[in-house]
Amino acid sequence: MHPILKLVSQRVALGLLLLLAASVLIFAGTMILPGDVAQSILGQSATPEALANLRAELGLNDPPVTRYFNWLAGAVQGDLGVALTNGQDIADALGRRLGNTLFLAFWAAIIAVPLAIFLGLLAVRYRNRWPDKLISGVTLASISIPEFLIGYLLVYFVAVKLGWFSSVSMINDSMSLGEKLSAIALPVGVLVLVVLAHMMRMTRAAILNVMQSAYIETAELKGLSGFNVIFRHAFPNAIAPIVNVVMLNLAYLVVGVVVVEVVFVYPGMGQYLVDHVAKRDVPVVQACGLVFAAVYIGLNMVADIVAILSNPRLRHPK
Amino acid sequence: MTGKIDQNQIDYLKVRAGMGRISRREFMGRMGALGVSVAMAGTFYAQAVHAAGPVKGGMMRMGVSGGESTNSLDPALAASPVPYNVLNQFGETLVNVDENGQLEMRLAESVEASADAKTWMFKIRSGVEFHNGKPLTAEDVMRTMERHSNEDSKSGALGIMRGITSMKVEGDMFIVGLDTANADLPFLLGDYHLMIQPDGGFDNPAAGIGTGPYMVEADEPGVRHLFKKNPNYWDDSRGHVDEVEILAINDTTARMGALQSGQVHLVNRVDPKVAALLDRAPGLSVKSVQGPGHYVFIMHCDTEPFLNNDLRMALKYAIDRKDMVDKVLRGYGSVGNDMPVNAAYPLFDDSIPQREYDPEKAAEHYKKSGHDGSPIILRVSDVAFPGAVEAAQLFEQTAKAAGIPLELKREPGDGYWSEVWNVQPFSASYWGGRPVQDQMYSTAYLSTADWNDTRFKRDDFDALLLQARGELDEAKRKALYSQMGMMVRDEGGLICPMFNDFVEGVSDKVQGWIADPTGELMSGTASHKCWLTA
Repeated sequence: MHPILKLVSQRVALGLLLLLAASVLIFAGTMILPGDVAQSILGQSATPEALANLRAELGLNDPPVTRYFNWLAGAVQGDLGVALTNGQDIADALGRRLGNTLFLAFWAAIIAVPLAIFLGLLAVRYRNRWPDKLISGVTLASISIPEFLIGYLLVYFVAVKLGWFSSVSMINDSMSLGEKLSAIALPVGVLVLVVLAHMMRMTRAAILNVMQSAYIETAELKGLSGFNVIFRHAFPNAIAPIVNVVMLNLAYLVVGVVVVEVVFVYPGMGQYLVDHVAKRDVPVVQACGLVFAAVYIGLNMVADIVAILSNPRLRHPK
Repeated sequence: MTGKIDQNQIDYLKVRAGMGRISRREFMGRMGALGVSVAMAGTFYAQAVHAAGPVKGGMMRMGVSGGESTNSLDPALAASPVPYNVLNQFGETLVNVDENGQLEMRLAESVEASADAKTWMFKIRSGVEFHNGKPLTAEDVMRTMERHSNEDSKSGALGIMRGITSMKVEGDMFIVGLDTANADLPFLLGDYHLMIQPDGGFDNPAAGIGTGPYMVEADEPGVRHLFKKNPNYWDDSRGHVDEVEILAINDTTARMGALQSGQVHLVNRVDPKVAALLDRAPGLSVKSVQGPGHYVFIMHCDTEPFLNNDLRMALKYAIDRKDMVDKVLRGYGSVGNDMPVNAAYPLFDDSIPQREYDPEKAAEHYKKSGHDGSPIILRVSDVAFPGAVEAAQLFEQTAKAAGIPLELKREPGDGYWSEVWNVQPFSASYWGGRPVQDQMYSTAYLSTADWNDTRFKRDDFDALLLQARGELDEAKRKALYSQMGMMVRDEGGLICPMFNDFVEGVSDKVQGWIADPTGELMSGTASHKCWLTA
């Protein structure tokens, strides 16, 4: 078997094992939380009889271990079940929310990743001069401000005062792509500002590291222009750490944006998960947890594989 | 123009505004040019637009706090503001309670009681159709009531259905039999959970089929709910807009932003902290309506140290109600009087003296109670009510001034309603209020009530409650309620510092708004009764 293929299959198997472990942890976590599903669903004004009836209907009187394995058996067959709270099909509802989350993450990434890398290269080219300092200053400032504050500032100035974009980023199927993009303009802006600095700084640091090498000096001596040296000779050798940090930020764009979703009322996965945790809707929490874990594990695996492929010494082990 | 205002010009502009030919902004500007004050011009505009009558058409959008992805269209499961408003779009109850606290006939055409108030007869309106085309019958009504009261029910209305011993249908009459007389029964059946569904909703409770003015078009829980006008709606005086969209916007800042940027016409739950500021923003106004909801600190009358009425009285005198209304509600509310009812309720006795903050009396009662001086623990959380932690801190300070050692214990919001409220002997909480006094007292102050969260168990009180319930003479009932209120006020476990107003934001494009104290957003009927202008 080709070593790369072997490596990938090993990683995938390990990832699946990790997912299983994650599902056990999530289940245990929801069991530890105070309060129970029935009370959370019916709220403060529930009568004891109503609570007992609902508990029986939801099967909450079965022991937790039985409930976990019932769920697992369904999940491996692709049946995520229905939400305890409103009886909606989980796969269906989750699919729609996941689609929205990926839509937002995609547009944020497509702007942020090239921009961050480009700004990183630019910062190296003009290192320690004003463009470098300006880029670092602005991106560090934007990562240091809490994202909800950036969100509120954009809502106040761009949506309320200027009226350019809407402050509520609700999207639905009946909207055209243009309408959707206009609706998500502000959250995309916030996310770009939030993830830019991390990737930009890492690109800058990784390339500066390579710039000390002898072959860079050679390239310079043979008369290549400054930017060409950085882009053609330094960048390929700095790809591994950059891809790592890019993947981490992509994962963040998918799993960590609940605050931005709340501020812009965006119907993504984060709010969906939080609502169901609050109601102790275990099957939905499990399903969301699995999706999030899968995204994390998957993106990290991609980062590892890219790092190996980009390094000839790892690609052709002795 | 020498100080004299040109009446012809004003009348002309009023006609234009009434026809919707000029915007409010333009109208105000022209009026200003004619020397009319801003306040006067605003009144003229409202008169003009109102006089022209409802405008049909348009899409009304509401930004409502209190919606989750876990919400269902099943009326039995509704517990938060978004489902409450959603139900009111597609569903209807037999009766409503109007803005004056009076019964308003909806799916019931008339209501009659037997002389002993133990049998109630509802004549069901004819010619009403469900959204699926099926005509409404008395049978559907009975099946709905059955679903909310049978043994497997998990309905939020289960508690109020309990006194019903028999239900039957005779032609177009729905007849309810009670175990004890209840003069308020029709009010109870106006509860928002009791939306009439075809065959009671037994086969598919969350189908979203009702008889209401709007039909469910899109249902995305926790995101948005879209409704289209029901073309066969029976009541032409309601349902002016073509479409209604309810957006679940739980974040306060986002909700206010949506109203200010014109994306929604109505929002609920304006934060009192920003209400005055928001009111100054152009194109909208903040409406505040006194409601029956109240914020409370509850003591268990059957648990040490609250077993002692002197200690309870000491704590009641040790709270500064006025200060709390000013600081926690920013004036958007009224002081409580340690009773769960206020002037928003019919048959309220407003001659009952208001209890004031009195550290000396508090100290006196505290001394008399013989309490050992150990800290009295008050459990509180942000979810108990908005500003609960701040209110508890104010309470701690004023109690300290009276020499009463109060100690706050912060509890997590998650699980507060199952682990702290109605479990721990002293905690913060809120009540949403009920349409009538009987329901409020039966829900939380009757000895056998499930939600007797003050553990107030008094046979003499229970007897009064039953007597008042069957009393058809209003003057006598009022006297009985007054007596009951005094009992809870002077001997109960309830410390009620304030009644909160419904504070809502309304765009200037919305006409026909009325102050309705029975529930949020004109008790869920804002979209039925209001209309939109350009």
